[in-house]
Amino acid sequence: MWDTIKKPEALRARAQLTTGVRAGFSWAKIEDEVLDGLPDGALNIAYEAVDRHIANGFGSDTALRWLGKSGERLDLSYADLAAASSRFASVLSGHGLASGARVFSLLGRQPEVFYTALGTLKAGMTFTPLFSAFGPEPIQTRMEIGEANALVTTEAIYRRKIEPWIKQIPSMRLVLIVGDDAPEGCVALGPAMAAASAEFDVVHTRPEDEALIHFTSGTTGRPKGAVHVHKAVVNHASTGRYALELKPGTVYWCTADPGWVTGTSYGIIAPLVHRATLVIDEAEFDLERWYGTLEREKVEVWYTAPTAIRMMMRAGKDAARGYDFSSLRFLASVGEPLNPEAVVWGNEVFGQPFHDNWWQTETGGIMIANTLDMDIKPGSMGKPLPGIEAAVVNRKDDGVTPCKPGEIGDLALKVGWPSMMRAYLHEEARYKKTFAGDWYISGDLAMQDQDGYFWFVGRADDLIKSSGHLIGPFEVESALIEHEAVAEAGVIGLPDETAGEVVKAYVSLNPGFEPSEELEKSIRGHARKKLGPAVAPRTIEFRKTLPKTRSGKIMRRLLKARELGLPEGDISTLETDES
Amino acid sequence: MNRDTLYAIFIEELVNVAPDLDAGTINKDDQLQDDLELDSMDVLNLVAALHERLGVDIPEDDYVQIETPAKAADYLAAKLK
Repeated sequence: MWDTIKKPEALRARAQLTTGVRAGFSWAKIEDEVLDGLPDGALNIAYEAVDRHIANGFGSDTALRWLGKSGERLDLSYADLAAASSRFASVLSGHGLASGARVFSLLGRQPEVFYTALGTLKAGMTFTPLFSAFGPEPIQTRMEIGEANALVTTEAIYRRKIEPWIKQIPSMRLVLIVGDDAPEGCVALGPAMAAASAEFDVVHTRPEDEALIHFTSGTTGRPKGAVHVHKAVVNHASTGRYALELKPGTVYWCTADPGWVTGTSYGIIAPLVHRATLVIDEAEFDLERWYGTLEREKVEVWYTAPTAIRMMMRAGKDAARGYDFSSLRFLASVGEPLNPEAVVWGNEVFGQPFHDNWWQTETGGIMIANTLDMDIKPGSMGKPLPGIEAAVVNRKDDGVTPCKPGEIGDLALKVGWPSMMRAYLHEEARYKKTFAGDWYISGDLAMQDQDGYFWFVGRADDLIKSSGHLIGPFEVESALIEHEAVAEAGVIGLPDETAGEVVKAYVSLNPGFEPSEELEKSIRGHARKKLGPAVAPRTIEFRKTLPKTRSGKIMRRLLKARELGLPEGDISTLETDES
Repeated sequence: MNRDTLYAIFIEELVNVAPDLDAGTINKDDQLQDDLELDSMDVLNLVAALHERLGVDIPEDDYVQIETPAKAADYLAAKLK
């Protein structure tokens, strides 16, 4: 057991979240305090994130500080960002797209992703970010389900991953390519932006209008498109203040990729709503670069992920010596449970512990968190934020029954917070299945201790959490069996000290193929080409047959238990065992 | 071991980690992450494989010195002198 990290009174006093705030909290109150809104009850995320700051006289404040891979620097003020997002909105409407259209982005950490997201929302259209390291298959599937009307990407990504199949997306109307040139059939974004008007009247969307679709993996079937509405910005306002301690002018660095929900909710929306200054580093994780950025940019609030923290830990405390981290005042982590060692390590190296928090694509914003005013129990995800009712429960047909402290059950949330998903796109049945009565069942197993702290235990399903990415085994298996040698595939997550879990596949072969090192590489290479490195298996093992149920479903649970030497549990449904 | 051998070993282990790459088309100045699309877990696995094969320890601080095959060969040659 790890010692609780007690916060000194002076530190606690700096917290924006106090006992009084908790007691007097309501969604209406936070909306009133932090947001401006539009006439007649209209609400638009982009207006709250950018335009209103100009109207309020803060146009010259720095919104983005972009750090390019090769050392370039670019500062954008709120006025610059407002103008760029208006130009982008003008480009979309100039191509005949109107409110309700769906705009996808496939971009890295580059300035374009910011005005793409904000311009799309400003125009009353729906923004959907995709992870640019995805292989072509996950991209195509998501664009089909989401009925993409427009795509913003780079020429390199377009040529490598999109061009061969883009014509098969019937809804697609406009492909915008970053830079001054574009392949045939696409539009170059640079000249289009320059020619477009920097004046665009923000569309007066209603709070319940669709704003964002974020894709998340399912255990079975295709990925799910979680639909979020403009009202979600109320959660972003609340959590930006109370879970991340953002204030106007805060220098804030969120290391998440813009292709995932964290990169949008907390890489774009929440900090801009609070008029913070965002540091954006285009490069991938690099130890010295990261420490240098924290010091040089005087980062105050830092939101990062367990995999990155564990990579820093591997390099040792000495590597951090000599850097000045005195500007840091709040550290947070999300993506997968942060191990207690990492929480404590942060306290020793940065003079602050990492504050782990918990949420999901479906919740749209942070739900449970270790906040600045709380003592931290290392390894715990903290307590529910104001306005959030969370519980560990057992699911019943028409509702839930609560678990006792210390008992493991489903982590559930009482419905009604503003950023809750409103649908899984085209999948009403799957959406309904995630609720029991008026509780949202998260699919994570947890327990709550005597003091009210929540502890993550595991997933209730077969989903794999690797480097913060939720990976659906079915999507990986489907790609594997497209290889000519593969008859069947079962995919599981194996514990890994850096990534949390890594993807491992078991495959059986078609007649005429024999296991070999060469074949293993050929299958792994095939999967990487289709899925991208973050999703493809890191190791593949051959089996003559895979364990299956009577209905022919591969028993991933059994593969995993055997791999890890754990009890096999109930195997009464096992029909064919592995060999 | 001379630099050419180390270069060849590096390419071999690189393609083991990322078999979607074709050894014949990898350029000596290709960046592992930007050009060859390795992710950070791939880099860790590559470092582990090089350790296994050559007994060489590559600390996190030095990852930037193996970011292209050419740089990596220089680095390994200096390390294993």
